[in-house]
Amino acid sequence: MMPAGLTGSKRTGAGLTLGPLLFHWPVEKRRDFYARIADEAPVDCVHLGEVICSKRAPFFEREIPAIAERLKKAGKQVVLSTLALVTTEREIAEVRAACDAGYLVEVNDVSCLRVLGGRPHVVGPLMNVFNEGALSYMVRGGAVRVVPPPEVSAAGIATLARAAQGMDKGAMDQSVEIEAFAFGRQVLSIAMRCYHARSRGLTKDTCQFACEADPDGLPLATIADEPFGVVNGISVLSHGYVAAFAQMAPLAAAGVARFRLSPQDCDMVAVAKLARSVLDGAREPTSALAELRPLIGAVPVVDGYLRGVSGRETIPA
Amino acid sequence: MTKYLELVCPGGTPAAFRASVDAGADTVYCGFRDVTNARNYPGLNFDREEMAEAIDYAHQRGRHVLIAINTFPRAGEMGPWRQAVDDAASLGADAVILADIGVLDYAASRHPELRRHLSVQAGASNMLSLDFYRENFGISRAVLPRMFELREVASLVARMGVEAETFAFGSFGTMTEGRCILSSYLCGKSPSSDGACAPAECVTYAERDGEERVLLGGMTMNSFAPGEPASYPTPCKARLMVRGEPMYIFDEPEGLNAHDILPRLKEAGVTALKIEGRQRSRAYVTQVVRTFRAALDALAEGRPVPPADLVGITEGGKESLGAYRKGWR
Repeated sequence: MMPAGLTGSKRTGAGLTLGPLLFHWPVEKRRDFYARIADEAPVDCVHLGEVICSKRAPFFEREIPAIAERLKKAGKQVVLSTLALVTTEREIAEVRAACDAGYLVEVNDVSCLRVLGGRPHVVGPLMNVFNEGALSYMVRGGAVRVVPPPEVSAAGIATLARAAQGMDKGAMDQSVEIEAFAFGRQVLSIAMRCYHARSRGLTKDTCQFACEADPDGLPLATIADEPFGVVNGISVLSHGYVAAFAQMAPLAAAGVARFRLSPQDCDMVAVAKLARSVLDGAREPTSALAELRPLIGAVPVVDGYLRGVSGRETIPA
Repeated sequence: MTKYLELVCPGGTPAAFRASVDAGADTVYCGFRDVTNARNYPGLNFDREEMAEAIDYAHQRGRHVLIAINTFPRAGEMGPWRQAVDDAASLGADAVILADIGVLDYAASRHPELRRHLSVQAGASNMLSLDFYRENFGISRAVLPRMFELREVASLVARMGVEAETFAFGSFGTMTEGRCILSSYLCGKSPSSDGACAPAECVTYAERDGEERVLLGGMTMNSFAPGEPASYPTPCKARLMVRGEPMYIFDEPEGLNAHDILPRLKEAGVTALKIEGRQRSRAYVTQVVRTFRAALDALAEGRPVPPADLVGITEGGKESLGAYRKGWR
C-alpha cells in the first residue's frame, strides 16, 4: 500500500497509453472512436490490433493502416497488439504477420516472443511478468516496455519499476519502461471456450459474433444478484473499472513511465483528459474520480488488486 | 507393472505420496509446504525432511519424484522459489515442474543438470510457445493445458520435440491454466500468486429460502436443494445470472475421466498421464491410482481393460472427457 502522504497532486512526466480495444465494436464505431482519439485525446501511444478473438480480426484489419497513419500524424506512437490465446495455425500466421507489419508489437502470448526472436517489443498485461526475474529475462529478450498483470499490487508495480531502472539497457538502448494499468475493466481470465457463444447455446466455431451485442461486455451476476464480472468472448473482465488516479503520482515517483487506459464504451477522450490532468498535477485524484463517475454511469470503480486485496473491492463512492 | 504410459500421481501429503507409490504410480508429484506450489492448502505438502523421506521411499521402489514449484513469485519475493529449486536439486528430485519465466531462468542457469518440466500453469498452447520454453530453458517435458481435443493433442505431440504429459483424471477448470485470476478477484487468493484457487478459508455456507447457498469470498457461487449434492465453489463452476437466467456459463461442475481413451492418448504419442488431486485423501488417491494402474497394465499386455468405477468420487458426481471431446469448446 502507498503511504497516504504520497497521493497528493504532483506533476509527473509520465506518459499515457490507450490500450487495445478488447471488445467487438462495429467498424464504423471503431473508425469514429480512433479518429476522435487522434484529434482530441492527450495520449502518447495508441494500441491497435485484436487481442481476444482471431475471428474478429478480419472486420477491422484493413482499417488499421489508415488509422495508424492518422494517429502518427497526430504525434502518437502506434503499437500493434497481438492475440492473447494462440492455438491454431491460422492464429500463428496472424501473430507472424503482426510481427512483420512494421509496428512495435505488444506480446500477449509466449508464442509471439518466439516469432520476434529478440526484436524490440512491448510485453502486455496478459503475460505473466510478476517479478524481477521474469522482467529481467524479458528485457534480455528485447522488451522495451512491460505492463505487469492485473493481479500485481501498486507496491509490486513500484518494486518492478525500481528493479527496471537497475537493469541493463534493453533493445532500444534505454531502460525498460514499466506501464501500469490505470483505467478500464481488468482481464480476469482467458479460455479456449467462447462464453458469449455459450450464453446463446452456440460454440466458438458457430458463434454468429454474439459478442458484438455487448460493446462493454455481457454482465454476469451471482444468483444473489451480486455483480460478478462481464463476459467478452473468451475472456472474463472485472465488473468494475479500475481508475488508478490516486496511485498515479506515487507510481510515477517510483519510476513507472506510462499509464494505460483501456477502451470502454464511454467518453474515453474525457477519461484521458482527466488522467492527463492528474499526471500534470492540475487535478487532485479525488476530484478526478468525482468527475469520472458521471462519465461511466452505474459502473463501479474497483481498485482491490492495487491495494493488495480482492480485485473486486471498490473505491467507496 | 509394465510400462505403457507413465502414470504420474499426486502426493499431497506424505501419506498420500506413499499411497500413490503403493497403488502403482510410476511417478509421484508433490510440493514444498509453502506458496511455491499450486496446491498451497493447509495440511498439505512437505517440509524438507519429509521430502527427503518421500524421495527415498519412491527411489527404493524404482519410482520417480517430481517437485512442483509452479506458482509465480511476487515482485521482490523470489527467495523462496530459488530456495525450493536449490533444495529440489540437493534432495535428489528427478525433475522440477516450473511455470514462471524468472524461476525457469534461475533453474536452467543454476541447475542445468536438474530436469525441468513445464507446468500446466505456463499454459503453453501452441508449438511456438513450446519451442520458446524448450530453446530458452531446456525443458524436457511439458504438461499440456486441458483445452485441446484429442486430435489437437496428437498434432502438438507429434511436433513438440519434448515429452508430453496430459491430464487423465480429476478436477479441471475451463480457463487456460495460469491465466485465470477469478479466484483472487472474488476472494483475494489465486492459483498463480498464492497457489490456491477458492481456498477453503474463503468458502462459507448459508441457508436461504430452504436452499443451501455456497459462497466464495462472500459471493454466492451456487445453491442447492436439501439432499442435492453441493459442488465446490470454484469460480469457473459457478451458476450465474446471464440476461436474467441462471446458467453454468463457464462449465458444469464435473470432473475429467479419460479412462476410456487411454489407447488413443498412447497413439497420440503422449508420454505421461497425470492424475490431478494433491488435495485429495489417501483413500481417493489409492482408488484412482489402482484403477489407472490396472488399465495401463492391461493395455500393455493386450488384455481387455477392466471397467472403471470412479463416478462416485468424481467432482459433482459427473465425469466427462472434458476438452478431449470434440465440440467441448
